[in-house]
Amino acid sequence: MSWQLHIDSGRCIGSGMCAGTAPDLFVLDGDHSHPVSEQIAEGDERALEAAGICPMVAITVRDADGKEIAPRD
Amino acid sequence: MTATDHTPLAYPFNSSRDLALADTYELVRETPGLLRVQLPYGEPAWLATRYADARLVLGDQRFSRALALGRDEPRSSEGKRDSGILSMDPPDHTRLRSLVAKAFTVRQVEKLRPRIRELTSTLLDEMEAAGPPVDLVDRYALPIPVAVICRLLGVPQEDRPRFRAWSDAALSTSSLTAEEFDRNRDELRAYMAQLITAHREQPQDDLMTALIEARDHDDRLSELELVDLCVGILVAGHETTATQIPNFVLTLLDHPGALSLLCAEPTLITNAVEELLRFVPLGSGAGQPRYAKEDIEVGGTLVRAGEPVLVAIGAANRDALRFTEAGTLDIARSGNAHLGFGHGVHHCLGAPLARLELQEAIGALVARFPGLHVAGDITWKTEMLVRGPRVMPVGW
Repeated sequence: MSWQLHIDSGRCIGSGMCAGTAPDLFVLDGDHSHPVSEQIAEGDERALEAAGICPMVAITVRDADGKEIAPRD
Repeated sequence: MTATDHTPLAYPFNSSRDLALADTYELVRETPGLLRVQLPYGEPAWLATRYADARLVLGDQRFSRALALGRDEPRSSEGKRDSGILSMDPPDHTRLRSLVAKAFTVRQVEKLRPRIRELTSTLLDEMEAAGPPVDLVDRYALPIPVAVICRLLGVPQEDRPRFRAWSDAALSTSSLTAEEFDRNRDELRAYMAQLITAHREQPQDDLMTALIEARDHDDRLSELELVDLCVGILVAGHETTATQIPNFVLTLLDHPGALSLLCAEPTLITNAVEELLRFVPLGSGAGQPRYAKEDIEVGGTLVRAGEPVLVAIGAANRDALRFTEAGTLDIARSGNAHLGFGHGVHHCLGAPLARLELQEAIGALVARFPGLHVAGDITWKTEMLVRGPRVMPVGW
């Protein structure tokens, strides 16, 4: 079972928040960030945190059923 | 100024009575390696001036802010500031940032736009009614961010004169003694603690109440962290925007072509604000040094573990390797990945709010007063971490 990590490249401004917080999950590539892997281990809190601190609300995390679990409103 | 010359250069370079980027930066940026600099207090540091180096130092986890706490941190006043969340690394930093980030996302902040637009309009009406000359700082630049951050955080706006003095001192680079520095910080903390007590008794629909709940119900932060987070949001939440509004106005007045283009095409305001954020070096110098956690090469210099590196944002923002015609103000510039809000985990929390306030404030001002001009002597903030007019009389 895994979670899915997605970054909306149209929103991402490459602030570096996510890559600085969890460098094994996110990598900055030029002016944008992208997930190291779209599939991540279920229960990785840092992915939820990264989605919560992204100023552009560009990161989404979905559970194994495809339900959006972060960012929380 | 060669790599073998180990005598550190006195820093900062910028004058505090204008908004220019010191020529020295140009020279340093084009010289291979990093430069050794010496601030008025603390140990010598490396100075990064190129865009790529700046992004590396600010964005890479091998650099730490927390390590500064145990060191003689390079700084401009005797007193050592514990910068709260700015002196933390992940995961501590992430824990606190998560608590406040939601309130400042682009999605949340956009909801404030109608209220801010109304506020700018009211203030401009009042300026018109008063007639020129009017102090742009006191009548326009300060009231906008102060009203917004006070409402958002839950601080009474009428206390502005009190916290303005504290916030001035908190960002002061003058030779405040360590004792004066501490006294000021303690007063500001006591003021905030009393507001927190009032909010505990009577919860409100604001960020302070949300943070109190995170502490009291979920134990996600300590009482001191709660106080310092509120202090940090209050100070950072108004001072920088209040300073950049007159700075941006001055810069546009200095570039009449850009100003008339903006007046003719008001939808350029979004791009114009990004370009002004890139072009105007807000800081008198670089602060908040990053400490290397291990040996790491930056721009041709091997920074040893435990050594501090300062990042000159204003210089990096004019790096020709990153920006075409880097020294030119081009308000139609696109793809502007400037470092005006920093980079990495400490990327400005309030960036979306600052952007919105600047767009609304500058857009409304130039639309209302196409003939805006400086109408008297500007008094500059001196001995502050941020540069800009303290008083700026304008006419129209």
